[in-house]
Amino acid sequence: MYGFEAMTFNIHGGYLEAIVRGHRSGLLTAADYNNLCQCETLDDIKMHLTATEYGPYLQNEPSPLHTTTIVEKCTLKLVDEYKHMLCQATEPLSTFLEYITYGHMIDNVVLIVTGTLHERDVQELLEKCHPLGMFDSIATLAVAQNMRELYRLVLVDTPLAPYFSECITSEDLDDMNIEIMRNTLYKAYLEDFYQFCQKLGGATAEIMSDLLAFEADRRAVNITINSIGTELTRDDRRKLYSSFGLLYPYGHEELAICEDIDQVRAVMEKYPPYQPIFSKLSYGESQMLDKAFYEEEVKRLCLSFEQQFHYAVFFAYMRLKEQEIRNLMWISECVAQNQKSRVHDSVVFIF
Amino acid sequence: MSGVIVTRAVGSWATAMLKISPYTFSAIGIAVAIGVSVLGAAWGIYITGSSLIGAAIKAPRITSKNLISVIFCEAVAIYGVIVAIILQTKLESVPSSQIYAPESLRAGYAIFASGIIVGFANLVCGLCVGIIGSSCALSDAQNSSLFVKILVIEIFGSALGLFGVIVGIIMSAQATWPSKV
Repeated sequence: MYGFEAMTFNIHGGYLEAIVRGHRSGLLTAADYNNLCQCETLDDIKMHLTATEYGPYLQNEPSPLHTTTIVEKCTLKLVDEYKHMLCQATEPLSTFLEYITYGHMIDNVVLIVTGTLHERDVQELLEKCHPLGMFDSIATLAVAQNMRELYRLVLVDTPLAPYFSECITSEDLDDMNIEIMRNTLYKAYLEDFYQFCQKLGGATAEIMSDLLAFEADRRAVNITINSIGTELTRDDRRKLYSSFGLLYPYGHEELAICEDIDQVRAVMEKYPPYQPIFSKLSYGESQMLDKAFYEEEVKRLCLSFEQQFHYAVFFAYMRLKEQEIRNLMWISECVAQNQKSRVHDSVVFIF
Repeated sequence: MSGVIVTRAVGSWATAMLKISPYTFSAIGIAVAIGVSVLGAAWGIYITGSSLIGAAIKAPRITSKNLISVIFCEAVAIYGVIVAIILQTKLESVPSSQIYAPESLRAGYAIFASGIIVGFANLVCGLCVGIIGSSCALSDAQNSSLFVKILVIEIFGSALGLFGVIVGIIMSAQATWPSKV
C-alpha cells in the first residue's frame, strides 16, 4: 500500500537497504575526482584510489599498470557488492536485482555475436564481457549462424528468452541486424522491467517508472541520432522505441521522421524535462549530448536516495557505480595518453 | 435508566451486550493493554534494528548512540506492563447480585477502555519511533551531525505513548466497583 511501506519493508529489505546506502557513502566525491584529475601517471591514480574504498582491490597490482586493469578491478568491486546483496536478498528483491543485470547480459550476447562475425577468438571475447551479465552457456553463442539458432541453442535457457519473440528471424547475422537485435531486446527488457516495477507498486513503482522512462527516452533519442543517414526505415525505427516514457506516443511519432540533429532538438525542446539538456548544446553539436544525458541521469539517481523503504535505491546505486567506473576509465585514459586538458570533458561528478 | 428500558426488549443485541460480564471486558482490556503494547514495541524494534545492523557495517560508530531508538521502543512495552499491572489491581469481586448493576458495568467498561487506549496508543507509538529510528540510523551513518536533530523527532514520537498511558490511568481511576451491600 503506497505510503505504508515503512511498516513492513524492513522485514525483508531493511538490512540490504542499509547496506546499499553504506556503499553509496563510499562513492567518490568531487574532491576525489579533482585529486585524480591532477595525477600525472597511472601509479598516482592507483595511489589515490588505494586511499578510497577501492583500496583492497588495487593495492596489490604490480607496477606497470594498464587502464584496463584499473577498470577491471573497480568493476570487480561492483560485482562483489552485487553478489553479496543478491545472495542475501529474498523475493521480490532478488528478482529486482537480477533484472538490473539483464541489460549487461544483452550487451554481452551482442558482443560475442559481433566478435564471432568478425572472426575473433571466443576466449578473448569472453574476457571482454561484463561480469555482471555472464551466464552459463555464454560461450556457445559463438556457434550460432542466425538468430533462430541463437535462440534455440543458447538463449532459450537464459532469462532473456521472453525478449526474443519479436526478433527471431532466419536472416543471417550481420552488423545491421545485430544492432537491431540489440535494440529490440533492450526494448523488450525495459518494458518487462517496467511492468515488473508496476506490479511491485508503492514507492518502488513510482521512482522506478521515472528512472526507466528517462532511460527509454534517452535510448529513443540515441537510436534516432545514430540511425540518421543509415538504411533504417522510419517504421523500423519506430519499432525500436519503447512503449512507455514521456515521449510515448507523440514524441516517438515526431522522432521517427527526424532526419538531422536539429530536428531532434526541435522535438525534444517541447518537453520541459528535456529542454535544459538540449539548450546546453549549441547548434549542430552532438558530442556533449552523451555527457548531458549522463548528468541528468546522475541527478535523478541521486534523488532516489531521498526516500526510504523502496527498491529503486539498489538500481540507482548500481547505475551510479557504473558511472563512477566510466569516470575512472576516462580519467585513466586521459592520463595514460597525456591528454589531461580533455579530462573534464567527460567526467560527471556524482556528489 | 437505559438498563431498565433495554431489559424489556428480549433478544436484542443491546441485551446481549449488557449481559456480557464486566469481568470479561476487564480481562480483555488488560490483555489488550499488555499484548498490543508489546506488539508495537516489537514492531518498532525490528524496524530500527534491521536498518541499524546494516548501516553499522560501513559506519560502526553509530551502534552505541542509535541504541537509544531501541530503548525508546522498549519503553513503550514497559508502559504497557505498568498499565496492565495497575489495571489488574482495580479488579474486585462483587456479589453475584451486583454483577450487572450499572456501577459494575461502568467499572468493567472503564478498565476495558483504559486497556484499549493504552494498547493502541503504544502500538502506533512503537511503530512511529521504530520508523524514525531506522531513518535516524541511516542518516547518522552518512552524516553524524544529523543524529541529535532526528532524535528530537523521536522524542516527540514517544510522547504519543505517554499520552495514552496518562489517559488510560485517568480512565482506570474511576473504575469503582459497587461496595458489598
